[in-house]
Amino acid sequence: MSTTRTGYTAIALSLMVALMLTALPMPQWAALWRPAWVALVLIYWCMAAPGYTGVFMGWVLGLFLDVLAGSLLGQHALALALVAFIAHRFHRQVRVLPIWQQGVSVFGLVFCYQLLILWITGIQGRPVLASAYWSSPLVSMLLWPWVYIVLRDVRRRYRVA
Amino acid sequence: MFGWSEIIKPNNPLFDRGSSSLTRLIAVTVVSVLLMTVDHRAQHLESLRSVLSTLVYPLQVAVDLPIQAGNWMAENFSSRQSLVSENASLRENQFLLDTRLEKLADLEAENRRLRNLLDSSAKVGERVLVAELLSVDMDPYSRRIVLNKGSREGVEVGQSLIDSNGVMGQIVHVAPFSSNALLITDPSHAVPVQNHRSGLRSLAVGIGPLNQLELAHLPNNADVRIGDVLVTSGLGGRFPAGYPVGRIVNIERNRGRPFATVTVQPSARLERNREVLLVWPSQPTAESDTMPTHGESAE
Repeated sequence: MSTTRTGYTAIALSLMVALMLTALPMPQWAALWRPAWVALVLIYWCMAAPGYTGVFMGWVLGLFLDVLAGSLLGQHALALALVAFIAHRFHRQVRVLPIWQQGVSVFGLVFCYQLLILWITGIQGRPVLASAYWSSPLVSMLLWPWVYIVLRDVRRRYRVA
Repeated sequence: MFGWSEIIKPNNPLFDRGSSSLTRLIAVTVVSVLLMTVDHRAQHLESLRSVLSTLVYPLQVAVDLPIQAGNWMAENFSSRQSLVSENASLRENQFLLDTRLEKLADLEAENRRLRNLLDSSAKVGERVLVAELLSVDMDPYSRRIVLNKGSREGVEVGQSLIDSNGVMGQIVHVAPFSSNALLITDPSHAVPVQNHRSGLRSLAVGIGPLNQLELAHLPNNADVRIGDVLVTSGLGGRFPAGYPVGRIVNIERNRGRPFATVTVQPSARLERNREVLLVWPSQPTAESDTMPTHGESAE
Protein backbone atom coordinates (compact mmCIF):
# COMPACT_ATOMS: atom_id res chain seq x y z
CA MET A 1 0.00 0.00 0.00
CA SER A 2 2.73 2.43 -0.89
CA THR A 3 0.35 4.77 -2.70
CA THR A 4 -1.72 5.15 0.45
CA ARG A 5 1.40 5.94 2.37
CA THR A 6 2.56 8.61 -0.08
CA GLY A 7 -0.97 10.00 0.06
CA TYR A 8 -0.86 10.34 3.83
CA THR A 9 2.65 11.80 3.66
CA ALA A 10 1.55 14.45 1.17
CA ILE A 11 -1.47 15.33 3.30
CA ALA A 12 0.61 15.44 6.49
CA LEU A 13 3.25 17.64 4.88
CA SER A 14 0.70 20.09 3.50
CA LEU A 15 -0.95 20.30 6.92
CA MET A 16 2.44 20.94 8.52
CA VAL A 17 3.04 23.80 6.11
CA ALA A 18 -0.39 25.15 7.04
CA LEU A 19 0.52 24.99 10.74
CA MET A 20 3.75 26.85 10.03
CA LEU A 21 1.92 29.54 8.06
CA THR A 22 -0.38 29.94 11.06
CA ALA A 23 2.61 30.60 13.31
CA LEU A 24 4.39 32.88 10.84
CA PRO A 25 4.98 36.24 12.52
CA MET A 26 2.88 39.08 11.13
CA PRO A 27 2.49 42.68 12.26
CA GLN A 28 -0.12 43.33 14.91
CA TRP A 29 -2.65 44.93 12.57
CA ALA A 30 -2.55 41.97 10.18
CA ALA A 31 -3.08 39.34 12.87
CA LEU A 32 -6.85 39.44 12.56
CA TRP A 33 -6.67 39.17 8.76
CA ARG A 34 -4.65 35.98 8.78
CA PRO A 35 -6.47 33.33 6.74
CA ALA A 36 -7.41 30.13 8.54
CA TRP A 37 -4.66 28.17 6.79
CA VAL A 38 -5.18 24.89 8.58
CA ALA A 39 -8.94 24.97 8.01
CA LEU A 40 -8.40 25.75 4.30
CA VAL A 41 -6.04 22.83 3.77
CA LEU A 42 -8.26 20.53 5.80
CA ILE A 43 -11.31 21.55 3.74
CA TYR A 44 -9.41 20.82 0.55
CA TRP A 45 -8.38 17.32 1.61
CA CYS A 46 -11.82 16.52 3.00
CA MET A 47 -13.25 17.51 -0.36
CA ALA A 48 -10.67 15.99 -2.70
CA ALA A 49 -9.58 12.92 -0.76
CA PRO A 50 -12.43 12.03 1.60
CA GLY A 51 -11.10 8.50 2.01
CA TYR A 52 -8.02 9.81 3.79
CA THR A 53 -9.54 12.41 6.04
CA GLY A 54 -12.26 12.65 8.60
CA VAL A 55 -13.54 14.17 11.80
CA PHE A 56 -10.86 12.57 13.91
CA MET A 57 -8.02 13.93 11.77
CA GLY A 58 -9.49 17.42 12.09
CA TRP A 59 -9.73 17.01 15.82
CA VAL A 60 -6.11 15.89 16.31
CA LEU A 61 -4.95 18.67 14.01
CA GLY A 62 -6.93 21.10 16.13
CA LEU A 63 -5.16 19.92 19.27
CA PHE A 64 -1.82 20.79 17.66
CA LEU A 65 -3.21 24.16 16.65
CA ASP A 66 -4.34 24.73 20.23
CA VAL A 67 -0.85 24.13 21.54
CA LEU A 68 0.63 26.30 18.80
CA ALA A 69 -1.77 29.14 19.56
CA GLY A 70 -1.58 28.68 23.31
CA SER A 71 -5.37 28.61 23.49
CA LEU A 72 -7.59 26.38 25.59
CA LEU A 73 -6.93 22.73 24.79
CA GLY A 74 -9.86 21.55 22.67
CA GLN A 75 -10.91 24.94 21.33
CA HIS A 76 -9.49 24.68 17.82
CA ALA A 77 -9.92 20.90 17.99
CA LEU A 78 -13.68 21.21 18.30
CA ALA A 79 -13.89 23.84 15.57
CA LEU A 80 -11.76 21.86 13.11
CA ALA A 81 -13.65 18.64 13.83
CA LEU A 82 -16.85 20.46 12.90
CA VAL A 83 -15.24 21.86 9.73
CA ALA A 84 -14.02 18.39 8.77
CA PHE A 85 -17.46 16.94 9.41
CA ILE A 86 -19.31 19.49 7.26
CA ALA A 87 -16.72 19.44 4.48
CA HIS A 88 -16.82 15.67 4.47
CA ARG A 89 -20.62 15.56 4.36
CA PHE A 90 -20.92 17.94 1.43
CA HIS A 91 -17.79 17.06 -0.49
CA ARG A 92 -19.75 15.63 -3.44
CA GLN A 93 -21.81 18.78 -3.84
CA VAL A 94 -18.96 21.26 -3.38
CA ARG A 95 -16.42 19.38 -5.50
CA VAL A 96 -18.35 19.97 -8.72
CA LEU A 97 -18.91 23.68 -8.20
CA PRO A 98 -16.81 26.30 -10.02
CA ILE A 99 -13.94 27.62 -7.94
CA TRP A 100 -15.54 30.92 -6.98
CA GLN A 101 -18.65 29.14 -5.72
CA GLN A 102 -16.42 26.78 -3.78
CA GLY A 103 -14.88 29.94 -2.32
CA VAL A 104 -18.30 31.01 -1.09
CA SER A 105 -18.85 27.70 0.66
CA VAL A 106 -15.34 27.97 2.11
CA PHE A 107 -16.38 31.37 3.46
CA GLY A 108 -19.34 29.72 5.15
CA LEU A 109 -17.22 26.96 6.63
CA VAL A 110 -14.47 29.23 7.89
CA PHE A 111 -17.13 31.54 9.28
CA CYS A 112 -18.58 28.65 11.32
CA TYR A 113 -15.05 27.79 12.45
CA GLN A 114 -14.30 31.36 13.45
CA LEU A 115 -17.66 31.76 15.15
CA LEU A 116 -17.05 28.70 17.30
CA ILE A 117 -13.54 29.84 18.25
CA LEU A 118 -14.62 33.38 19.07
CA TRP A 119 -17.57 32.04 21.01
CA ILE A 120 -15.29 29.94 23.19
CA THR A 121 -12.88 32.88 23.51
CA GLY A 122 -15.81 35.03 24.62
CA ILE A 123 -16.94 32.46 27.20
CA GLN A 124 -13.50 32.72 28.78
CA GLY A 125 -14.11 36.43 29.22
CA ARG A 126 -11.56 37.67 26.70
CA PRO A 127 -12.41 40.71 24.60
CA VAL A 128 -13.11 39.96 20.93
CA LEU A 129 -13.14 42.56 18.17
CA ALA A 130 -16.28 42.62 16.04
CA SER A 131 -14.31 42.67 12.78
CA ALA A 132 -12.64 39.38 13.74
CA TYR A 133 -15.85 37.54 12.84
CA TRP A 134 -15.61 38.21 9.13
CA SER A 135 -12.02 39.34 8.43
CA SER A 136 -10.41 35.90 8.49
CA PRO A 137 -13.24 34.12 6.58
CA LEU A 138 -13.11 36.86 3.93
CA VAL A 139 -9.36 36.53 3.37
CA SER A 140 -9.72 32.74 3.39
CA MET A 141 -12.36 32.97 0.68
CA LEU A 142 -10.18 35.22 -1.48
CA LEU A 143 -7.20 32.89 -1.07
CA TRP A 144 -9.15 29.73 -1.76
CA PRO A 145 -8.46 29.57 -5.55
CA TRP A 146 -4.69 29.62 -4.98
CA VAL A 147 -4.83 27.09 -2.18
CA TYR A 148 -7.01 24.93 -4.41
CA ILE A 149 -4.65 25.09 -7.38
CA VAL A 150 -1.51 24.42 -5.34
CA LEU A 151 -3.04 21.50 -3.48
CA ARG A 152 -4.55 20.08 -6.66
CA ASP A 153 -1.05 19.92 -8.13
CA VAL A 154 0.20 18.24 -4.98
CA ARG A 155 -2.66 15.75 -5.17
CA ARG A 156 -1.99 14.90 -8.82
CA ARG A 157 1.74 14.66 -8.30
CA TYR A 158 1.47 12.20 -5.42
CA ARG A 159 -1.70 10.57 -6.76
CA VAL A 160 -3.70 11.07 -3.62
CA ALA A 161 -7.16 9.47 -3.95
CA MET B 1 -26.28 23.19 -0.32
CA PHE B 2 -28.69 20.33 -0.72
CA GLY B 3 -31.39 19.20 1.64
CA TRP B 4 -30.47 16.91 4.48
CA SER B 5 -33.12 14.34 3.56
CA GLU B 6 -31.35 13.73 0.29
CA ILE B 7 -28.03 13.13 1.93
CA ILE B 8 -28.84 10.83 4.79
CA LYS B 9 -30.95 8.37 2.88
CA PRO B 10 -30.53 5.11 4.80
CA ASN B 11 -30.35 2.89 1.74
CA ASN B 12 -27.94 5.02 -0.23
CA PRO B 13 -24.64 3.12 -0.40
CA LEU B 14 -22.73 6.31 -1.29
CA PHE B 15 -23.34 7.72 2.15
CA ASP B 16 -22.77 4.73 4.35
CA ARG B 17 -20.03 6.56 6.25
CA GLY B 18 -22.34 9.41 7.20
CA SER B 19 -23.77 8.12 10.44
CA SER B 20 -20.42 6.90 11.76
CA SER B 21 -18.80 10.28 11.13
CA LEU B 22 -21.71 11.93 12.93
CA THR B 23 -21.12 9.63 15.88
CA ARG B 24 -17.46 10.55 15.79
CA LEU B 25 -18.30 14.25 15.68
CA ILE B 26 -20.51 13.89 18.74
CA ALA B 27 -17.76 11.92 20.51
CA VAL B 28 -15.03 14.45 19.81
CA THR B 29 -17.37 17.30 20.75
CA VAL B 30 -17.94 15.75 24.15
CA VAL B 31 -14.22 15.11 24.59
CA SER B 32 -13.37 18.67 23.49
CA VAL B 33 -15.81 20.22 25.91
CA LEU B 34 -14.43 18.05 28.70
CA LEU B 35 -10.85 18.99 27.76
CA MET B 36 -11.65 22.70 27.66
CA THR B 37 -13.43 22.58 31.00
CA VAL B 38 -10.58 20.73 32.67
CA ASP B 39 -7.97 22.96 31.03
CA HIS B 40 -9.80 26.10 32.12
CA ARG B 41 -10.46 25.04 35.71
CA ALA B 42 -7.43 22.98 36.66
CA GLN B 43 -3.85 22.22 35.75
CA HIS B 44 -4.18 18.48 35.10
CA LEU B 45 -3.51 18.77 31.38
CA GLU B 46 -0.01 20.21 31.66
CA SER B 47 1.61 16.89 30.74
CA LEU B 48 -0.55 16.44 27.62
CA ARG B 49 0.16 20.01 26.58
CA SER B 50 3.85 19.51 27.21
CA VAL B 51 3.94 16.41 24.97
CA LEU B 52 2.08 18.22 22.17
CA SER B 53 4.30 21.27 22.57
CA THR B 54 7.37 19.12 22.14
CA LEU B 55 5.93 17.75 18.89
CA VAL B 56 5.10 21.25 17.67
CA TYR B 57 8.45 22.76 18.69
CA PRO B 58 10.31 21.81 15.46
CA LEU B 59 7.64 23.67 13.47
CA GLN B 60 8.08 26.74 15.62
CA VAL B 61 11.83 26.59 15.19
CA ALA B 62 11.39 26.22 11.44
CA VAL B 63 9.21 29.34 11.37
CA ASP B 64 11.71 31.23 13.49
CA LEU B 65 14.74 30.10 11.48
CA PRO B 66 14.54 32.53 8.53
CA ILE B 67 14.21 35.47 10.91
CA GLN B 68 17.14 34.30 12.95
CA ALA B 69 19.14 33.73 9.78
CA GLY B 70 18.32 37.29 8.72
CA ASN B 71 19.62 38.64 12.02
CA TRP B 72 22.71 36.51 11.74
CA MET B 73 23.41 37.73 8.21
CA ALA B 74 22.87 41.34 9.24
CA GLU B 75 25.37 40.84 12.05
CA ASN B 76 27.90 39.11 9.85
CA PHE B 77 27.80 41.50 6.96
CA SER B 78 27.77 44.69 8.97
CA SER B 79 30.81 46.73 8.24
CA ARG B 80 33.90 46.79 10.40
CA GLN B 81 33.35 50.48 11.03
CA SER B 82 29.95 49.95 12.58
CA LEU B 83 31.18 47.02 14.65
CA VAL B 84 34.06 49.09 16.01
CA SER B 85 31.76 51.95 16.94
CA GLU B 86 29.26 49.57 18.49
CA ASN B 87 32.04 47.95 20.44
CA ALA B 88 33.22 51.29 21.72
CA SER B 89 29.78 52.34 22.86
CA LEU B 90 29.22 48.97 24.55
CA ARG B 91 32.54 49.30 26.34
CA GLU B 92 31.60 52.73 27.55
CA ASN B 93 28.24 51.43 28.69
CA GLN B 94 29.85 48.56 30.49
CA PHE B 95 32.19 50.92 32.30
CA LEU B 96 29.27 53.06 33.44
CA LEU B 97 27.30 50.02 34.59
CA ASP B 98 30.30 48.59 36.39
CA THR B 99 30.78 51.70 38.47
CA ARG B 100 27.09 51.80 39.22
CA LEU B 101 27.14 48.14 40.21
CA GLU B 102 29.99 48.70 42.64
CA LYS B 103 27.91 51.28 44.39
CA LEU B 104 24.94 48.92 44.32
CA ALA B 105 26.97 46.09 45.86
CA ASP B 106 27.94 48.39 48.67
CA LEU B 107 24.34 49.41 49.20
CA GLU B 108 23.17 45.83 49.08
CA ALA B 109 25.70 44.74 51.69
CA GLU B 110 24.61 47.63 53.87
CA ASN B 111 20.98 46.72 53.33
CA ARG B 112 21.67 43.17 54.38
CA ARG B 113 23.49 44.29 57.51
CA LEU B 114 20.64 46.57 58.47
CA ARG B 115 18.11 43.82 57.81
CA ASN B 116 20.12 41.48 59.99
CA LEU B 117 20.09 44.06 62.73
CA LEU B 118 16.34 44.39 62.37
CA ASP B 119 15.98 40.61 62.33
CA SER B 120 13.89 40.68 59.17
CA SER B 121 14.30 38.01 56.51
CA ALA B 122 17.14 38.80 54.17
CA LYS B 123 16.41 39.23 50.50
CA VAL B 124 18.54 36.85 48.54
CA GLY B 125 19.53 37.77 45.01
CA GLU B 126 17.31 36.04 42.48
CA ARG B 127 18.49 33.32 40.12
CA VAL B 128 18.19 34.35 36.51
CA LEU B 129 18.47 32.76 33.07
CA VAL B 130 18.61 34.40 29.66
CA ALA B 131 16.05 33.06 27.18
CA GLU B 132 15.33 33.96 23.60
CA LEU B 133 11.94 34.57 22.04
CA LEU B 134 10.84 32.52 19.07
CA SER B 135 9.30 34.75 16.44
CA VAL B 136 6.03 32.89 16.14
CA ASP B 137 2.54 34.30 16.27
CA MET B 138 -0.04 32.84 18.57
CA ASP B 139 -3.69 33.45 19.33
CA PRO B 140 -4.43 37.05 18.26
CA TYR B 141 -6.87 37.43 21.16
CA SER B 142 -4.29 36.91 23.85
CA ARG B 143 -0.80 38.24 24.39
CA ARG B 144 1.53 35.29 24.59
CA ILE B 145 5.07 34.52 23.52
CA VAL B 146 7.17 31.38 23.07
CA LEU B 147 10.61 31.07 24.68
CA ASN B 148 13.38 28.69 23.68
CA LYS B 149 14.02 27.47 27.23
CA GLY B 150 11.96 24.78 28.90
CA SER B 151 11.87 22.32 31.78
CA ARG B 152 15.25 20.97 30.70
CA GLU B 153 16.77 24.26 31.83
CA GLY B 154 14.68 24.26 34.99
CA VAL B 155 11.99 26.70 33.88
CA GLU B 156 8.86 26.49 36.01
CA VAL B 157 5.29 27.65 35.67
CA GLY B 158 4.80 30.98 37.43
CA GLN B 159 8.27 32.32 36.92
CA SER B 160 8.48 35.96 36.01
CA LEU B 161 9.94 37.34 32.84
CA ILE B 162 11.80 40.65 32.72
CA ASP B 163 13.88 42.64 30.28
CA SER B 164 16.36 45.41 30.91
CA ASN B 165 13.55 47.95 31.30
CA GLY B 166 10.96 46.17 33.37
CA VAL B 167 8.58 43.30 33.93
CA MET B 168 7.30 41.53 30.82
CA GLY B 169 5.10 38.69 32.06
CA GLN B 170 5.12 35.21 33.51
CA ILE B 171 5.49 31.61 32.38
CA VAL B 172 2.21 29.75 31.97
CA HIS B 173 3.15 26.49 30.23
CA VAL B 174 6.40 24.58 30.20
CA ALA B 175 7.51 21.89 27.75
CA PRO B 176 10.92 20.18 27.72
CA PHE B 177 12.44 22.52 25.12
CA SER B 178 10.19 25.54 25.14
CA SER B 179 7.80 27.46 27.31
CA ASN B 180 4.88 29.86 26.87
CA ALA B 181 4.66 33.13 28.66
CA LEU B 182 1.73 35.44 29.24
CA LEU B 183 2.57 39.13 28.81
CA ILE B 184 1.42 41.66 31.38
CA THR B 185 -0.79 43.29 28.74
CA ASP B 186 -2.93 40.16 28.31
CA PRO B 187 -6.51 40.81 29.45
CA SER B 188 -6.32 37.90 31.87
CA HIS B 189 -3.17 39.15 33.55
CA ALA B 190 -2.68 41.39 36.56
CA VAL B 191 0.48 42.50 38.38
CA PRO B 192 0.52 43.76 41.99
CA VAL B 193 2.26 47.13 41.79
CA GLN B 194 3.30 49.94 44.06
CA ASN B 195 3.60 53.60 43.22
CA HIS B 196 7.24 54.55 43.56
CA ARG B 197 6.46 58.10 44.64
CA SER B 198 3.53 57.66 47.03
CA GLY B 199 3.85 54.01 47.98
CA LEU B 200 0.23 53.40 46.99
CA ARG B 201 -0.42 49.76 46.13
CA SER B 202 -2.73 48.59 43.36
CA LEU B 203 -3.15 46.08 40.56
CA ALA B 204 -2.02 46.72 37.00
CA VAL B 205 -4.40 44.83 34.73
CA GLY B 206 -3.84 44.11 31.05
CA ILE B 207 -6.45 45.41 28.61
CA GLY B 208 -5.83 43.29 25.56
CA PRO B 209 -4.66 44.36 22.14
CA LEU B 210 -3.41 47.77 23.19
CA ASN B 211 0.08 48.04 24.58
CA GLN B 212 -1.31 49.48 27.81
CA LEU B 213 -2.25 48.56 31.35
CA GLU B 214 -4.89 49.92 33.67
CA LEU B 215 -4.83 50.33 37.42
CA ALA B 216 -7.82 48.53 38.88
CA HIS B 217 -10.09 49.95 41.56
CA LEU B 218 -8.31 53.21 42.33
CA PRO B 219 -10.67 55.75 43.94
CA ASN B 220 -10.98 59.19 42.37
CA ASN B 221 -9.00 60.83 45.15
CA ALA B 222 -6.10 58.34 45.00
CA ASP B 223 -2.65 59.84 45.13
CA VAL B 224 -1.54 59.26 41.54
CA ARG B 225 -0.03 61.68 39.06
CA ILE B 226 0.88 61.46 35.42
CA GLY B 227 4.50 60.34 35.16
CA ASP B 228 4.49 58.26 38.34
CA VAL B 229 6.62 55.13 38.07
CA LEU B 230 5.09 51.85 39.17
CA VAL B 231 7.21 48.98 40.47
CA THR B 232 6.24 45.45 41.41
CA SER B 233 5.19 45.28 45.05
CA GLY B 234 6.11 41.63 45.48
CA LEU B 235 2.73 40.93 47.06
CA GLY B 236 1.28 37.64 45.91
CA GLY B 237 4.73 36.12 45.69
CA ARG B 238 4.72 35.74 41.92
CA PHE B 239 6.88 38.69 40.91
CA PRO B 240 10.02 39.75 42.74
CA ALA B 241 9.61 43.16 44.36
CA GLY B 242 11.09 46.35 43.02
CA TYR B 243 11.12 45.83 39.26
CA PRO B 244 9.65 48.63 37.16
CA VAL B 245 6.32 47.83 35.52
CA GLY B 246 5.34 51.07 33.83
CA ARG B 247 4.66 54.76 33.96
CA ILE B 248 1.28 56.44 34.36
CA VAL B 249 0.42 58.23 31.13
CA ASN B 250 -3.20 59.20 31.63
CA ILE B 251 -5.62 59.71 34.51
CA GLU B 252 -9.36 60.19 34.05
CA ARG B 253 -11.20 61.06 37.20
CA ASN B 254 -14.88 60.64 36.38
CA ARG B 255 -17.12 62.21 38.99
CA GLY B 256 -20.01 59.86 38.29
CA ARG B 257 -18.04 56.68 38.80
CA PRO B 258 -16.45 55.27 41.92
CA PHE B 259 -13.08 54.57 40.33
CA ALA B 260 -10.63 56.59 38.29
CA THR B 261 -9.35 55.25 34.97
CA VAL B 262 -5.58 55.23 35.20
CA THR B 263 -3.65 54.20 32.08
CA VAL B 264 -0.13 52.87 32.34
CA GLN B 265 2.50 52.51 29.64
CA PRO B 266 4.55 49.35 30.26
CA SER B 267 8.24 50.09 30.63
CA ALA B 268 9.40 46.74 29.22
CA ARG B 269 9.73 46.72 25.46
CA LEU B 270 7.14 44.02 24.96
CA GLU B 271 7.10 44.17 21.16
CA ARG B 272 10.73 44.59 20.30
CA ASN B 273 12.69 42.29 22.53
CA ARG B 274 14.42 39.15 21.45
CA GLU B 275 16.27 38.32 24.65
CA VAL B 276 14.49 38.15 27.97
CA LEU B 277 15.50 37.29 31.51
CA LEU B 278 13.76 34.55 33.47
CA VAL B 279 13.77 35.16 37.21
CA TRP B 280 13.26 32.48 39.80
CA PRO B 281 11.38 33.63 42.86
CA SER B 282 13.92 34.35 45.57
CA GLN B 283 14.33 31.56 48.09
CA PRO B 284 17.02 31.57 50.76
CA THR B 285 17.93 27.96 49.89
CA ALA B 286 18.10 28.42 46.13
CA GLU B 287 21.01 26.51 44.67
CA SER B 288 22.73 28.67 42.12
CA ASP B 289 23.51 26.31 39.27
CA THR B 290 22.74 28.96 36.70
CA MET B 291 24.27 32.38 36.29
CA PRO B 292 24.15 34.11 39.67
CA THR B 293 23.04 37.71 39.89
CA HIS B 294 25.15 40.37 41.35
CA GLY B 295 23.47 40.00 44.73
CA GLU B 296 24.83 36.52 45.19
CA SER B 297 28.29 37.12 43.87
CA ALA B 298 28.79 40.17 46.03
CA GLU B 299 28.82 38.31 49.31
